[in-house]
Amino acid sequence: MSTTKHALPPGLPAPSTEEPLSAPYWKAAREGRLLVQKCQGCGRHQWGPEWICHRCHSFDLDWVEVKPRGSIYSWETPHHPVHPALTGHGPYTIVLVELPEADNIRMIGNLVGGSGAEPRIGAEVEAVFEPHDEASPPYTLVQWRIVG
Amino acid sequence: MTERTLRGKAAIAGIGETTYYKHGQSPDAEFKLALKAVLAACADAGIDPREVDGFATYGNDRSEATRLAAALGIHELRFSNMHWGGGGGGVAAAVANAAAAVHSGMANCVIAFRSLAQGQFARYGKGAQAPMAMGEDAFLWPYGLMSPAQRFAMKITRFMTENGIRHEALRAIALASYHHAQSNPRAVMQGRPLDEAKYDSSRWIIEPFHRLFDCCQENDGAAAVLVVPADRAKDLPHPPVYLLGAAQGGHHRSAAPVHNAPHYASAHFPTVARNLYEMAKCGPGDIDVLQAYENFTGGVLLGLVEHGLVKPEEANEFLVKENLLAPTGRMPLNTSGGNLAECYMHGLELVNEAVRQLRRTAINQVPDPEIAMVIGGPMVTPVSSLILGTEGTL
Ligand SMILES: [Zn+2]
Repeated sequence: MSTTKHALPPGLPAPSTEEPLSAPYWKAAREGRLLVQKCQGCGRHQWGPEWICHRCHSFDLDWVEVKPRGSIYSWETPHHPVHPALTGHGPYTIVLVELPEADNIRMIGNLVGGSGAEPRIGAEVEAVFEPHDEASPPYTLVQWRIVG
Repeated sequence: MTERTLRGKAAIAGIGETTYYKHGQSPDAEFKLALKAVLAACADAGIDPREVDGFATYGNDRSEATRLAAALGIHELRFSNMHWGGGGGGVAAAVANAAAAVHSGMANCVIAFRSLAQGQFARYGKGAQAPMAMGEDAFLWPYGLMSPAQRFAMKITRFMTENGIRHEALRAIALASYHHAQSNPRAVMQGRPLDEAKYDSSRWIIEPFHRLFDCCQENDGAAAVLVVPADRAKDLPHPPVYLLGAAQGGHHRSAAPVHNAPHYASAHFPTVARNLYEMAKCGPGDIDVLQAYENFTGGVLLGLVEHGLVKPEEANEFLVKENLLAPTGRMPLNTSGGNLAECYMHGLELVNEAVRQLRRTAINQVPDPEIAMVIGGPMVTPVSSLILGTEGTL
């Protein structure tokens, strides 16, 4: 798992990483691992984190590591800066990534990998862990890069 | 067993609105705007405002029912109702909730309204300014996904790509709204026409389907309707406009967090539209005039498709400007200018326009309409929509 410079400029809101419902995800991301919820009752993955399994109503949700690979389900490239930190930055691409090996749950991230990375629905992507060590507390975002 | 329905049980007896302003330009405070709209709707209905006994709104409107009741000196408050969800997803639901209140006997005379002064308060199109993103937002904001447009754009990308729909289909929706606004003195965009070239050269807000003119304005103002039981409406100055159908909500897990709705490329109307037509006892072919909430033109497209008004495979062919214009188009759309060009009053202005069309007093009047539809804010959750009809439709 490689790291890159940050996809977006500093000053955007930092994720709250210590909330009980989502803390395991953020802790694992610091270690370069992708963790999601998996129901002990019915064995299915779910995302985003919730207290209950929407399928079987079990509260027994475990955190399991999943392969950080997926495909682009949809994408957008905002131009208009909606936050002061983005003023003057220019367009950036957000991807919605589907994880086929985790019951097709979807995750949001930025598409990284330079100007040659053209977003396309169906394109295969892999996670790129983006540490923000300078933040207090530090956190790691999960970005995506087109493979193949 | 008595049929459980609102069809024909309640009517809109009065409509009102303030002057509509560009955002930040209202000389009046937001609450004063709300008061003016309520008084206007009562005057239009010929009803003493003190007789109002309920208020229904949505989108976390800041003008609270109790403050309105006190300020207006109404005799008694019997119904106060805030519909969950941000933006204009609840516009039709607010009218429906008012109708449910008067039909059930909980109240007699209920105002459904929206008031907005975004000079006095924050704008919608700006992203979050908090230093930390909590809950679901922690998985969105750090990636620069913050504004309403950004929350919905990937639904549009997916739907348009899957169905091969061109951006020109969305352009037609914007052109129709701006066209209708040019003859409407209430419209903020009157005197600022839009043509294909101006649209095509407008800047990207979000690629691949959101140019500047695909996105709503933000405005200041207020609008209101007065809802009464059907029997009462018959004795009032205007021909009653009856609720034929109303529905709100969303399909299975449409609000699943972090963009995980199973049926994702949706405006969230599949079940709502079914329930709406079932109550109204009519179908898409019966709609004479249509008001569809434009937060973004892509949401209008999805709303039309999910209400059975346009087939995805026909969208490129059907969604051309001529088809959407009053009085001669095959499906007149947003005949006062809508959110894009009359005023972004979170869709309440669309309800007022639907009423004007059925009273046959609209500026861009469709010939002799009997049934009008209002589709509330698409892609949020919950969403809502409404079918209104003349006496002849009962
Ligand atoms: Zn389960």
